[in-house]
Amino acid sequence: MTPTTPAAEPDLLYSEDEDALRAAVRALLADRCGPATVLAALETGRPYDPELWRSLTSEIGAAGLLVPEKFGGQGAGPREAAVVLEELGRAVAPVPYLTSAVLAVTALLGCDTDRTEVAGPLADLAEGRTVGALAVPLPTAPGGTGPATVRADADGALTGRVTSVADAAGAGLLLVPAEGPDGPALYAVDTAADGVCTEPVTPLDLTRPLAHVVFEGAPGRPLARGERARAAVERALRTGAGLLASEQLGLAEWCLTETVRYTGERTQFGRPIGSFQALKHRMAALWLDVASARAAARNAADALAGDGPDAPVAVAVAQAYCAPVAVRAAEECIQLHAGIGMTWEHPAHLYLKRAKTDELALGTPGRHRDALATLVDLAAP
Amino acid sequence: MTDAADLRRRTAELLATHPPTRRPAPPLAEGPAGPHLWSDTDRLDFLRARFDAGLAWVHFPEGLGGLDAPRSLQAVVDAELAAAGAPDNDPGRIGIGLGMAAPTILRYGTEEQKQRFLRPLWTGEEVWCQLFSEPGAGSDLAALATRAVRDDNGNWVVDGQKVWTSSAHLARWAILVARTDPAVPKHQGLTYFVCDMTDPGVEVRPLRQITGEAEFNEVFLSGVRIPDAQRLGAVGDGWQVARTTLMNERVAIGGARSAREGGMIGVAAAAWRDRPELRTHDLHRRLLTLWVEAEVARLTGERLRQQLSRTLNSVRAGGTPTGQPGPEGSGMKLAFARLAQQISGWEVEFLGEDGLTYDDWTLRRPEGVDFTGREAGYRYLRAKGNSIEGGTSEVLLNIVAERVLGLPPEPRTDKDVAWKDLPR
Repeated sequence: MTPTTPAAEPDLLYSEDEDALRAAVRALLADRCGPATVLAALETGRPYDPELWRSLTSEIGAAGLLVPEKFGGQGAGPREAAVVLEELGRAVAPVPYLTSAVLAVTALLGCDTDRTEVAGPLADLAEGRTVGALAVPLPTAPGGTGPATVRADADGALTGRVTSVADAAGAGLLLVPAEGPDGPALYAVDTAADGVCTEPVTPLDLTRPLAHVVFEGAPGRPLARGERARAAVERALRTGAGLLASEQLGLAEWCLTETVRYTGERTQFGRPIGSFQALKHRMAALWLDVASARAAARNAADALAGDGPDAPVAVAVAQAYCAPVAVRAAEECIQLHAGIGMTWEHPAHLYLKRAKTDELALGTPGRHRDALATLVDLAAP
Repeated sequence: MTDAADLRRRTAELLATHPPTRRPAPPLAEGPAGPHLWSDTDRLDFLRARFDAGLAWVHFPEGLGGLDAPRSLQAVVDAELAAAGAPDNDPGRIGIGLGMAAPTILRYGTEEQKQRFLRPLWTGEEVWCQLFSEPGAGSDLAALATRAVRDDNGNWVVDGQKVWTSSAHLARWAILVARTDPAVPKHQGLTYFVCDMTDPGVEVRPLRQITGEAEFNEVFLSGVRIPDAQRLGAVGDGWQVARTTLMNERVAIGGARSAREGGMIGVAAAAWRDRPELRTHDLHRRLLTLWVEAEVARLTGERLRQQLSRTLNSVRAGGTPTGQPGPEGSGMKLAFARLAQQISGWEVEFLGEDGLTYDDWTLRRPEGVDFTGREAGYRYLRAKGNSIEGGTSEVLLNIVAERVLGLPPEPRTDKDVAWKDLPR
């Protein structure tokens, strides 16, 4: 007998509404976020593309998908947000969607939304007026975040340092897990406030900027305390990890599609190189990996949407599986493109850097497998 | 449109008219407990009634064991019948009939053929086997050499040799592909037949495998007579018909629906839980990786089924696709074979000293195939066949690359040459 039983029948397909949402996001990205645009913006120092973000949030409403309508959102859910992430991954789009519209939004949803201190920023994030970030190191895995590195005093003044926070440099609002006078708590801090300093670091993935954040008596507004604060952060990390699988799926799919296209056109030895079995077998194997990643990612999104007891297993399975698939797809993309894949002008390196960073983000595959050992009763020796 | 509630009602009616009252248990030696307690007559009566009620395979047409219902609703019927303790048709024993012959007959058979063959096929009264592979035609199946020649009455006389034929020693019927025109390129000269395995020209010899068993057979065909009424599809269309069978075979091998920890990974996980003294960190790390891959393979199969079911429903609503498994089924079989081999290899290693032993090398002829049956050594050896039977993994990768991804084919020297002129 298995200790946990999956939901009776997960819906692993896409609905018509989800297909329509995908088409809208894809059209926007095709228009405004082509590989040449992303490449050109890489070294400008801008943390993200503000016009693209505005279109994504105000025209499509993508930032509010996880937020109920009464708080200014779209009242959709993780399945729809996952579709947006697939498309953003496919375009390696430099926008703070995962960090603001998923991690920060979910953390806020875990707090008491009847309070204006919570509902206010939630509406701002949902409508894209504010960019938010959950102040945790990007590699943090769900399930055991450890003690916070920031301390809060009785007046809510925060002191401490959080390393490697994704999209912090472009954020206006930070949600900061801190050790307060009465135990763990979650605070809201404006990045413009006195006592907040973000120190950008040079990231491996230039499309998702990283910064260390230093708090020196920064003014924090308490959002949740104790178990509620811990659970809100945990839920955000789990939702983020589960939906990151869809970003990884989109990334991997782009790599496969481009590689198939290129090897079908590139001719050596008088034949398209894609006709050689040594190459086509690698692409066929990758196709299977990508098809499997889609099932795993859809299952995680569906489990998060249903909020059932199997969601932790579905998320851990999706991350343990999809993260290496995205890396493998990006690595194969470079190898099968050969020389041209090694150049800065070809976008393949953007996908490799994002895929490798995503592999570490929100828990490595190994961390998620460790979590499964407990979840499905396969104890370590 | 038939829905779940309707199927439950029909299932209840079937159970009311054919209550599954079990007989007293026979002496122990006669078989395991459970549905096998039914006498053969009662069991067959029930299965025939189930077929006639359209509850055999609900996605089949009315009058042929189905109700034109979505394929996914079969689970509703199966669950109700299992809960009532009703007998099943022992699908492991008649897998080739159910998984390969039936979908092909449904698609290409005449009305008479469907009426004649499908009911006893489904109830298991008539076992089927598949006469496809030959000593000289494995991956290159279309090169097969078994000849079918028309006699003066328009019927057929078949001569040749087939191999890797599971259940040939039990079978009443076979699906057969034979060459009817050697003077055209190999794919164009084939015709598909239903062959009577009781014909005096059919000789079946066991073929012993690396497991020690003879699950397969060699089949020698000498002057076997086949009436033209047992031809499936047009003369010369055999390859097209066979492709339907092969696509379904891949789904049948790799696409069996399973619960979490179904199949080989369930055996390995149970072993891990039962034998804490054998655990090592290295084996733990590998088991978790395999567990994740098996769970994802299960979900991928489930997603493929959901897609097929949606396509089938859209066809009913006036859409065009066929509802037959596409080349994606090849992908499922690839994943299944790789995992079965890796997990069974893991298990032998995990068992330590017990992994050094084998339960029994005696030559036997099992009635069906059970990939997870017997002991770890058997499972490991039998799994080696998973990447060979029903299309080698290498051929399946070509199919995925060319038909799914649209990559250019290898240059071919045999496509436009008459079969008789090919080097052999």
